[in-house]
Formats: sequence, structure tokens, C-alpha cells
Amino acid sequence: MAEYSILIGGKAGEGINTAGLSIAGLFSRLGYRTYMYFDYPSLIRGGHNFAIIRASERTIGAHRTEVDILLAFDQNSIENHRERIHDRTTVVYDASQVVRGEGYGLPLDTIVKEEKAPPITKNSAMLGALARVAGIGRDVLDEVLHKSVPAKHLDSNLRVAGRGYDAVEGVFTVEPLEGPELPVLTGNEVTGLGLVHGGLESYVAYPMTPTSNILHFLANRAEDLSIKVLHPENEISVILMALGLAYAGEKAAVGTAGGGFCLMTEALSLAGSSEIPVTIVVGQRPGPSTGMPTYTAQTDLHFVLNAGQGEFPRFVVAPGDLAETYSWSATALMLSWKYQVPSIVLTDKTLAEGAYSFDIGAVTEPPDREPELWDGNGEYRRYTGTESGVSPLAFPGRKGAIVKASSYAHDEAGFTTEEANETRELQEKMLRKGKSLKEELATYPTVKTYGTRDAGKTIVCWGSEKWACIEAAERLGAQVVQPLVLAPFPVRAWKEAMIGAGDVACVENNATGQLARLLRQHDFDPGRSVLKYDGRPFAVDELEARLREVFA
Amino acid sequence: MTPPKPAGDLISPAQNTWCPGCGNFSIEHMMKSAIAELSEEEGIPIENFVLLGGIGCHGKLVDYLNVNTLYGIHGRSVPAATGIRLANPDLKVICHVGDGDIYAEGLAHLLFAAKRNSDITVVVHDNRVYGLTTGQYTPTSPSGFKGRSTPGGITEHPLNPLEVMLAAGATHIARGYTRKVQHLKGLFKEAIMHRGFSLIDVLQICATYFNLTDYYNEHTYEMQEGEVETGRFESALGKIREWDYDREAPIPLGTFYSVKKPVYEEHFQALTAGKPDRRALVRKVIEEWR
Repeated sequence: MAEYSILIGGKAGEGINTAGLSIAGLFSRLGYRTYMYFDYPSLIRGGHNFAIIRASERTIGAHRTEVDILLAFDQNSIENHRERIHDRTTVVYDASQVVRGEGYGLPLDTIVKEEKAPPITKNSAMLGALARVAGIGRDVLDEVLHKSVPAKHLDSNLRVAGRGYDAVEGVFTVEPLEGPELPVLTGNEVTGLGLVHGGLESYVAYPMTPTSNILHFLANRAEDLSIKVLHPENEISVILMALGLAYAGEKAAVGTAGGGFCLMTEALSLAGSSEIPVTIVVGQRPGPSTGMPTYTAQTDLHFVLNAGQGEFPRFVVAPGDLAETYSWSATALMLSWKYQVPSIVLTDKTLAEGAYSFDIGAVTEPPDREPELWDGNGEYRRYTGTESGVSPLAFPGRKGAIVKASSYAHDEAGFTTEEANETRELQEKMLRKGKSLKEELATYPTVKTYGTRDAGKTIVCWGSEKWACIEAAERLGAQVVQPLVLAPFPVRAWKEAMIGAGDVACVENNATGQLARLLRQHDFDPGRSVLKYDGRPFAVDELEARLREVFA
Repeated sequence: MTPPKPAGDLISPAQNTWCPGCGNFSIEHMMKSAIAELSEEEGIPIENFVLLGGIGCHGKLVDYLNVNTLYGIHGRSVPAATGIRLANPDLKVICHVGDGDIYAEGLAHLLFAAKRNSDITVVVHDNRVYGLTTGQYTPTSPSGFKGRSTPGGITEHPLNPLEVMLAAGATHIARGYTRKVQHLKGLFKEAIMHRGFSLIDVLQICATYFNLTDYYNEHTYEMQEGEVETGRFESALGKIREWDYDREAPIPLGTFYSVKKPVYEEHFQALTAGKPDRRALVRKVIEEWR
């Protein structure tokens, strides 16, 4: 099976991310599926950034350690990645920066000077060199540049790319495939699009890695998508603004990471009490505290499951790739409105900032769900008791309705009460909503399985580790079981998926085995934990080796 | 249009639990009358008023009035109010907040709502003490104040919240007093009809923990026409500084500042107008990717 891995590395501020996306674009143009892992420290200029772009005939969502082509803008981009270079790796480097390099040295300073082009065009020289090494024609290279470079810079980029192309030789040939040219999107972008599919009207956020790019993307596309995008003074204001919007009838979502979510927890509990819908995207990164802002982790599962004082139902979903991110972001928002509970979409840096080929045609359209609205008959009572626990919604401005929402324990009309019977009924009504939500979820793919059933070996994982696990499982002849919904936990679906599981390994990007702990809480055996907690996602080969130890 | 309801209908059946003599009664009844009168005079349907409460004695007001209310959490009414106004431009959104509530816990929100000129009204029940938590100092308690958390007396000086609001960019700033109820009602109506951010600091009697009735009766006075140029920052600042919530001085009541500036929420109104088919818009974005 044809597949290729390319690493491009350099200093922050040199456009490594954009260059990586152009490389992914080059392979997409040839009908390949792509995945890009982007690794960068928390600084603006300098340091070492790199992207690994993997292209394959099949759907992928993880990188491999070794690369076929290494494009190095500086010495670090070679030295830091010695383990990725094997005997067939072609190294192309900037001869103006790298003193010890083996492969093709491009005099990038000279090239851009001669072409009177800005320094950022050095990326195009690398792209040109890559195309030539990989046997990709000039026509394809030019097309990709036409698509990705703004018109006024196009000529200089084309000239510099041509110089890179001419400076190296063909090493192998990437054959064009029959597949369609798929767009390459990040998890953040698809989260935003999924939310809009689910009915989003306003997005509110304060910048925080790794979800800032939802804010940037939606702000840039606010007019195209007909939504409001707001950036207030802090995360507390963010979620209160969203609750205000929703109280007045507008569907809102917020995005943050663990630290920002800490600030939101008091209002999360307010959402629980007042039964005002809100969808919260939490992108995980390593903690505790500031941790490693630009790296990845799966360390906030129990935090989002338990955040907020008091007892109230919530919906928590952890998608593992773009298709799941799209449909479950939409579903999270719709279910939040249908059941008037907070919904949390739990992503991480790997998924949020990773780029993947996106095949919208392969997305299972999520079922449409509408909020229950007041029919206008009789006296409106915001928290009227119902069998499902869901009280019909009305919004301020509605004639004949007085809409009283509250953080206090309240009666059906919304007035504060501390009376024993009323408060007990209120608590039970809230819990009935959770039960109704759980029943509805029985018809959703809350737990997914991949690979050989009855293999006697099962890999359990959640979120962005999904694709590394699927690939490793193929090599090991194992099954993968992935819970998507984590609250309310799909006990029955889990039980069914794990029938005949055999030896179980539970793969997570954390140090304590958080999914394993959740499984034990529900009386399931999580098997042996395979953990990685250095801020980086598993490479497929690395995971395979770790799993071989478990299944030996 | 619905015929205006008599103000009496606006009182809810909820049992009132404020202390006898509490200044909150004046605020409640004057807000009730202001809403009823505005509904009649300006043709604003009662259902278009929304009150928000923070946490503290003041917050109970939202239970006592039969209008739309969001009884939120301590210090956080203001951003929720902006959200409500963003969702529906027809709504008149009024935050009832306490001095501990908004000048301590939620000050950042207040500053930024003023800065962005959010079209909401903030009524501060400024009794200069925490009532519901039984008697601690607040940001506007005078120096030397002995509260339960500071039995030796505080050494810090109070904020002058009106000066803070002026600096932050508030476009309408006023002060009222709970013993001057007709004047207070006028201030409420004026602030609610102001397009943009309005704040009224209401000197409120706390009958139990900090009863300043005699002091306020002696020192407050209603500003007369021309005493302050409400369109001029420097004039407003001078008048606001006449009393700093600390030393003994005449306490002016009335509107200090009122100017027009672009309203924050209006920048966003066009974006979500109509009933666009957003799924078609999503498909288009994906089809035309890069």
C-alpha cells in the first residue's frame, strides 16, 4: 500500500504550519488521504517547529516515527529527528543555515535574493524540492500554489518553487490515485462547522490553546455562516454571555481548555440549575496548571465529568476524528437544547490542531433534534413538571409568558424555594432529564468497534488516539473499542461491544488511566493501561511496540 | 399592543424576606413603577423587560416582581445581560446588583460592559456592607469600617464607583438614594431609556448592618439643572469627585454623565438577521475550501 511521510521543520514564525498544509494539499491533489501532526513550543519566534505530513491510500489519523523526506530549514530540524531518518530518507536542507547535512542543500538565501522574493517564499522552494524528489509534476505543484498563495505573492512563489524543483533530483514516484481531492481541515475548524450544523447562532470564547482556532476560524467566517462571534474579557464572561444568549433564545457555544474551563465551572453549575442549554468545547492539553500549552493530553476527562457543585445531568462526548467531530459537535448542541443540559465536546490538541482529509460525504448525518417549546396555552411555568423531566421553553419577549430562570432551588414557576418537597421534586425532575437523555442515546453510535471481533485481543481507547489504535490493531490482529459518549455512560452498548474481548489494553494520553478509572466505576475491567504522558500523541509504530508487550 | 397593566400586577406572590426598614423595598417599588410607566408612556410591552439578579439581599428583588428574570450567580449578571441583549434587541435588560456583588466579585465585567457600551442598565444596591452574609466590609465601605471579617476596622479606602465607571467609558452615570423615591424612579426611567450602558449607584439603607439614614439625610442633595454638564467628561468628573464615599462632604444625587456612543450589540445584529439555512452555508464553506 502506498504511503508517505514528510517532515518539515524550522523556527517558529517561518510558516511551518502553512507549509505543512501545502504539502498535505499536494498529496490531496493526487487523491491521497492525509494527516498532519504539528508540533510547536509556546513561543512566537525561534524555537523549533515541525510538521509531519503523512499521506496514504486509506483514511489515516496518526503519524509514524520514520519519514521518507525530511525538509530542514535549520540544523535542529535534522539533529532533533535523527530517529526518523532511515536509509531511504531523502534530506533536503537550507544550505544557508545547516552546516552538517547529508542530502540536497538548497542555497535558500541566494535563491530568494536572486528572485527578489520575500523570505517566507523559502517554504515554496522546499515544496518545489519535495515535489521533484517525490516525482510529482510541476503542473501539480503550480496548481497547489495557485490555490494556497494569495494572488499578489503568487509569481514570486512560483519562481522560488521552480528553483527548488530544479535544484534536486527525482528519488521515487508518488502515483496519482483515483480518489477525490479532499479538503484538509483541522479538528477546530470542523468543530466550528459541526456546531453550526447543529444550529449554532453565537460562538463566544476567550483565546486559549488548543481551541483558539475555533474562535479565529468562526470569526473569519462569521458572515459566511451567519453567526455572531464574541470575544469578551475572560472565560467567566464567556459562559455567562452564552447563558444570557440562550436564556433569550439564541443557540450558543463556547470554547476553551482546562484552565479556562476551571473559570467556567461555577456557571456550568448555573447552567445545570437554571436548565439553560450551553455547549462547551474543551480542548485538552497537559497540566497541571499552565503545563505545556501547545502539547497534547487526555487528562481532563474526570474534570469535565464532575465539574460544578451539586448534582445535575450533562452530556460529554469525545470525538476521535473529523467525521465524529462534525456529527457529534452538531449532536452535542442539539441534545443540549432538547434536554436543557450542558453539553461538553472534549477534544485535545492532537485533534484540535491536527489536520486531516475531510470527507463530508462519509459523515453520518446526525439525527435532527429540536428543543421543546411552550405551546402558548395556560400560564407559563418555566420548570413545569413532566415525565421526561424536560420543561417546555419560552423566551423573554413572548407574550403571555413570564420566564423566570434561577440558580436557586426553585418551584415550577421559577421562584426561590427551600421547601423540602419542592426541592426534592426539582432534583428528581433534573435527574429524569438525564435518564431521558440516556434513553435517547441508545439509538446513537455511542460506542464504536473496529477490526477483528473475537480476536481475543481488544484495544480500548478514546478521543484522538483512535486512529493510532486502529492501525496498530490491524498489525496485531486485535479489535478496537472506542466510547464516544462518556456521560451519560453508555453501559449497555459498552457491555455488548466488550463481549469476548479477551485480553484488554487501555490506551490513553495521561499518567493515571482516566478512562480505565471510569470503566472501573461502572464495574468494567479496563485491562492493562498503556499510557503516554509526555505531551505527544502515540506514533503508530511506537504504540504497536507498546501493545506487543501487553499482548505478549 | 396589550393594554398596560396596573403596577400592582407586577408584584409577584413570592413571600418577601427583607428586613423591616430595608432600602430594597424602595428600589423594588420604584423599579416596578418605572417599568409600568415606561410600558404605558413608551409602549414597551411588559414582556420585553428582563431583570437579572446577582446573589445578596438585592437579588431577591427578581423573585418579587412578575417580569422575566434571570436569577444568576454572584457578580456575574452583567455578561449574562449583554448576552440577552445580543439575542434580542427589543428587550430592555436591567441588572440588579449589589456593591459586594459587582464592585468586588464582578468588577471586571462591569468595567468591560461600560467599555464596550453594552446596551444594558445596571442598578447597584449600594448599602456598603454585605447583608446576606451578615456584615462584612465591601468595596464602598468607608475606611475604619468594622465588619465581622475586619473587627479592627479596615485601613483601606473605598472605591468611588462612579469615577471608576466614568474612566471605563460608561455612557450614562447616576446616583440615587432610597429615601428619595420619586427622584429614584426618574433616574431608573432615564437610565432604562438611555441607549447604551447606564449605571445608577443607589445609596441604600441597610437597616441591620449599616444604617446610614441620618448621614444620608443630612448630606445628600439633588443636583439642579445646569449644576453639572452631563455631556462633558471633566464636568462630570468634578461633580463625581465632590464625595468620595469616605470623607464627610455633600453627596450629589442625579445624573452626572450621559452621552451617545455606538452600541456594542448593534455591531452583531445584522450577522444573524433572518432565518438563514446555515447547513447550506456550512456545505458551501466546505465545498469552496481554500
